[in-house]
Amino acid sequence: MTNIDEHGAPVKKPFSMHVDLSQFEPATDAEKMQQEVMGESVTFWRDGLRKLMKNPLAVFNLVVLAIIILTIIIAPMIVPYGYADMITIDGMRDKGAKNLAPFQWSEAEQAYIDAGGKLFPHIFGTDGLCRDYFIRCIYGTRISLSIGFFASLLVMCIGVVYGSISGYAGGKVDLIMQRIVDIIYSLPEMLIIILISVVLDATLKFNGNGILAKLGTNMISIFIVFGMLYWVSMARLVRGSVLSIKNNDYILAARSIGASPRRIIFKHILPNCISVIIVSTALQIPSAIFTESFLSFVGLGVQAPMPSLGSLANAAREGLSSYPYKLVFPSVIICLIVLSLNLLGDGLRDAFDPKLRR
Amino acid sequence: MTEKYLLEVKNLKQYFPVRVGTFKTIPLKAVDDVSFAIKPGETLGLVGESGCGKTTVGRSIMRLYEPTGGQVIFDGEEVNKKSIQKLRQGMQMVFQDPYSSLNPRMTVEDIIGEPLDVHKLYENKAERREKILGLMELVGLNAEHASRYAHEFSGGQRQRIGIARALAVNPKFIVCDEPVSALDVSIQAQVVNMFEDLKDKLGVSYLFIAHDLLVVHHISDRIAVMYLGKIVEIADADDLNNDPQHPYTLSLLSAVPIPDPIKARQKQRIVLEGDVPSPLNMPTGCPFRTRCRYATEQCAAECPQLTDRGNGHFVACWNK
Repeated sequence: MTNIDEHGAPVKKPFSMHVDLSQFEPATDAEKMQQEVMGESVTFWRDGLRKLMKNPLAVFNLVVLAIIILTIIIAPMIVPYGYADMITIDGMRDKGAKNLAPFQWSEAEQAYIDAGGKLFPHIFGTDGLCRDYFIRCIYGTRISLSIGFFASLLVMCIGVVYGSISGYAGGKVDLIMQRIVDIIYSLPEMLIIILISVVLDATLKFNGNGILAKLGTNMISIFIVFGMLYWVSMARLVRGSVLSIKNNDYILAARSIGASPRRIIFKHILPNCISVIIVSTALQIPSAIFTESFLSFVGLGVQAPMPSLGSLANAAREGLSSYPYKLVFPSVIICLIVLSLNLLGDGLRDAFDPKLRR
Repeated sequence: MTEKYLLEVKNLKQYFPVRVGTFKTIPLKAVDDVSFAIKPGETLGLVGESGCGKTTVGRSIMRLYEPTGGQVIFDGEEVNKKSIQKLRQGMQMVFQDPYSSLNPRMTVEDIIGEPLDVHKLYENKAERREKILGLMELVGLNAEHASRYAHEFSGGQRQRIGIARALAVNPKFIVCDEPVSALDVSIQAQVVNMFEDLKDKLGVSYLFIAHDLLVVHHISDRIAVMYLGKIVEIADADDLNNDPQHPYTLSLLSAVPIPDPIKARQKQRIVLEGDVPSPLNMPTGCPFRTRCRYATEQCAAECPQLTDRGNGHFVACWNK
């Protein structure tokens, strides 16, 4: 049945079935099983993390951030000075330890060391009120970072809930909710912060040593302002991605199953726009830190003696010609945090945003 | 009424408002006065070209859209806002596109288990898992793949996942919205055969929506032909195939490819002239009259109703 040409190969007839079934044998069960083998299951998170770890810039910034965070956790345990306390030697206030340069000792301290005592060096020197500047910077970083983190968390929660409801409901509800967003968008935030902190100052009186009293009313008003004003861009972003996800058949499938809108939003829509949420939250942190530093710089930030990076920079302004390093330290820390968070946010976007997949 | 129907659709109307200008809206009549009924264990095929409202019929029955008018009675109970949550345990839907109908962030186990979660159909985790694995086996999926994500499967496997999800609540009736048209032909056959097996095993009824007449004829007991939101002919599958009455059905059947070149050459194709009229601007009277070669003045004046031509063969045409 097969014709052989001069080279000994079977002649192929075009347009005909020239498959000789006798040359085939049925696949065994084991061979069929091989067809079933699938690649290793990769979850969304593992895939994103793997991509993030391949990005050297993002990894570098992750390390920088980790070092900063570890430092602000560990340093106050090691450094024996308090952020609000004058330097003391043997229980005596050291009035000479004013405006010291980094690693410089005051006369009294030098005498104490000469006498055989041991002291912890002033890594960043001291400030005009004889307080260790390093520990003040550390506490300032703590305050700034945690404000940035919690403010972004607040922004995320409000923005995600508002945006997903607006996007999912659609129609008139969406229209009204988006007009509210537009109105809030047009409010001048500086004015609102000043107004709220003035009002809160008059109404809220914190007594005692609670954390709220230490932070002061300005900080509370910053949080309120973040909660009131800054969520709108997040809400718009989330609404946009909800609108595009809503049109997928799996949302329709969930509705035909009988799932409640709440379940659809939390189980189907939000997990699918998680990349947008992660990235914009990560990028929100530096902007919140910036706002906080700016407010502290103009005197609307944390209550003295609690330091924040912005208020430290503001305090350093006075002696700028004599002690320029006092401005440099908090500024460099702000830059480092903001830059590394921004670059990390970009790395996260590259890793998690499916539209940028190569 | 001697026969008891599982699903009765009476004068179903589904209009969508389309905005023209700033304030004016005109209704788009996606489904206009459609009535049919399905007996327990029966499969009704619904065919028609793209945009004729087949999918909308399926979705209106499932109450994914709020119908403009008409009634849907399922298992002796009228489907409305109140009863739909309960009735969704009895009727389910399989979607056209197996790629977008499965949530990419959920594992197969969670996708199939979702109806069980929503209707709270299990006592404990072990029972849930057992049910899910049983469903996976029923549709021919490997139980080891329960913890995988939908994007790791092929189109046919994904459609099986979708079918398993529909079967999870043990429905009596499944709306199959073009379940095979996104699959390639060899997989189509597998999935269609699976639908038939499931029908024999579980006794479910289908509303099988498709535009492929061969597939529909293979699986259906009866076939309804839709044109521009209206049903123009309903008959037994073989009856419709052998003795089509409506001119539109005739042209549809003549377009079915025959896998025999000699017969195909002898066959005469009825090619319709013109395009489908816009559903926003429907012709008066019979919607098909603009493309019908038998059209008369009566067709323009009055819309023909579905009338029995004997043996359960209903046709909506003045001339045939």
